[in-house]
Amino acid sequence: MKVTILDYGAGNVPSVERALQRLGAESLRTSSPECISNADALLLPGVGHYAALVRALDEKKIRAPLVDAIHRGVPFLGICLGLQVLFKSSEEASQLQGLNLLLGAVSALPPNVKLPHMGWNQLEKKRESSLLAGVDAGAYFYFAHSYAALDSNSAPAATCFHGAEFAAVIEQRNIHAVQFHPEKSGAAGARVLQNFLRLAA
Amino acid sequence: MSLAHRIIPCLDTDGERVVKGVNFVGLRDAGDPVALAARYNAEGADELVVLDIAASRDRRPTFLETIRHVAAELAIPLTAGGGIRTLEDGRAVVRAGADKITVNTAAVKRPALISELSREFGAQAVVLAIDAKRSADHWDVMVRGGLESASRDALEWARLAVAYGAGEILLTSVDRDGTQSGFDVALTAAISRAVTVPVIASGGAKLPEHFVEIFQEGSADAALAASIFHDGVQPIRALKEFLAARGIEVRLPC
Repeated sequence: MKVTILDYGAGNVPSVERALQRLGAESLRTSSPECISNADALLLPGVGHYAALVRALDEKKIRAPLVDAIHRGVPFLGICLGLQVLFKSSEEASQLQGLNLLLGAVSALPPNVKLPHMGWNQLEKKRESSLLAGVDAGAYFYFAHSYAALDSNSAPAATCFHGAEFAAVIEQRNIHAVQFHPEKSGAAGARVLQNFLRLAA
Repeated sequence: MSLAHRIIPCLDTDGERVVKGVNFVGLRDAGDPVALAARYNAEGADELVVLDIAASRDRRPTFLETIRHVAAELAIPLTAGGGIRTLEDGRAVVRAGADKITVNTAAVKRPALISELSREFGAQAVVLAIDAKRSADHWDVMVRGGLESASRDALEWARLAVAYGAGEILLTSVDRDGTQSGFDVALTAAISRAVTVPVIASGGAKLPEHFVEIFQEGSADAALAASIFHDGVQPIRALKEFLAARGIEVRLPC
């Protein structure tokens, strides 16, 4: 099994690649619609502005093959913006259309706390989670974002709190997504990636 | 459950070798940034900063190569900078593997650099470094490695930089830097109150109590130090255990 990493130019692609390498997984970075259609497992990393990701999906014509693959049941992992883009829209660029695969919306974190939400935070598990299997309940994960899925429509497997509660881990059928950066979250993050590799195999 | 206070070692390099923090211990090749990065990653550092303090144009490819090798060792975030003058400079360090870019002198001269970087990489990737020095009733922004005054109020500059799109402030007290007499609590608290983004305190750390002070009284979100970590004077894990025992939330890796 090879993990196909959607490379739309995001800064964290090399670190995701290295994290997978450390786990002994094969990966391929691509922005080709054809490679995405043929993928065994898909990983969408993302960092930066929501608009940059959405525009890249359309300019590189990878929106349709990506949505098709997810509908076909191909195991998918979205990281950070790769989680946010699964919703219909984001307050960060409300005129742009997300992938609309999950119920709910992405909004700004409340302004009564320091933003971006940057650093290591803990999760609150809401239900059984394959991604968090074997992860210590008190484990910290690295977050760097100002927007999040604040409503509970996505029925998250785990949430995090920074000014408001938001979806930190989402698992719905073959769709997996995390708001934190597992590739930057030390041993706990490596475990999450390993769990994804296991369930995708 | 809340955000942990971050402990961040900083590697000051000449592009290739770590140049400050003298008595390195426990490393065969003491000034090697890659060996230090691997050590800090294993010891539970929350992030790593790598600076090119020489920042000369002809050494830039060497520094980018250093970032690449350092990034390969890390499962934690990496901030890199020193001599970032243009969007293109920022792109180069991100491509080499940095998660965040730190800007200083060039941003003071041309604040639009902050918005250019922020638009391309997001505010979370743009760290404004401020070197501040007490001057009568305020703090002055210093540039060129803390040597020259920019004749600018540090609080005003911090607020303006956040408006331009900086997502974090790396605040160094020029008065305390190298003194090992503790962080500048008053300066850090003032900047932390003035802005809505996280603040990393730097300059003057030696004792674990200095870290307690800067988190509790200085309202710092993170604390950075160099030589006390490099020299092995203050092991990171022991520091974090000390902080946790004082009720300060930190990430203690297993």
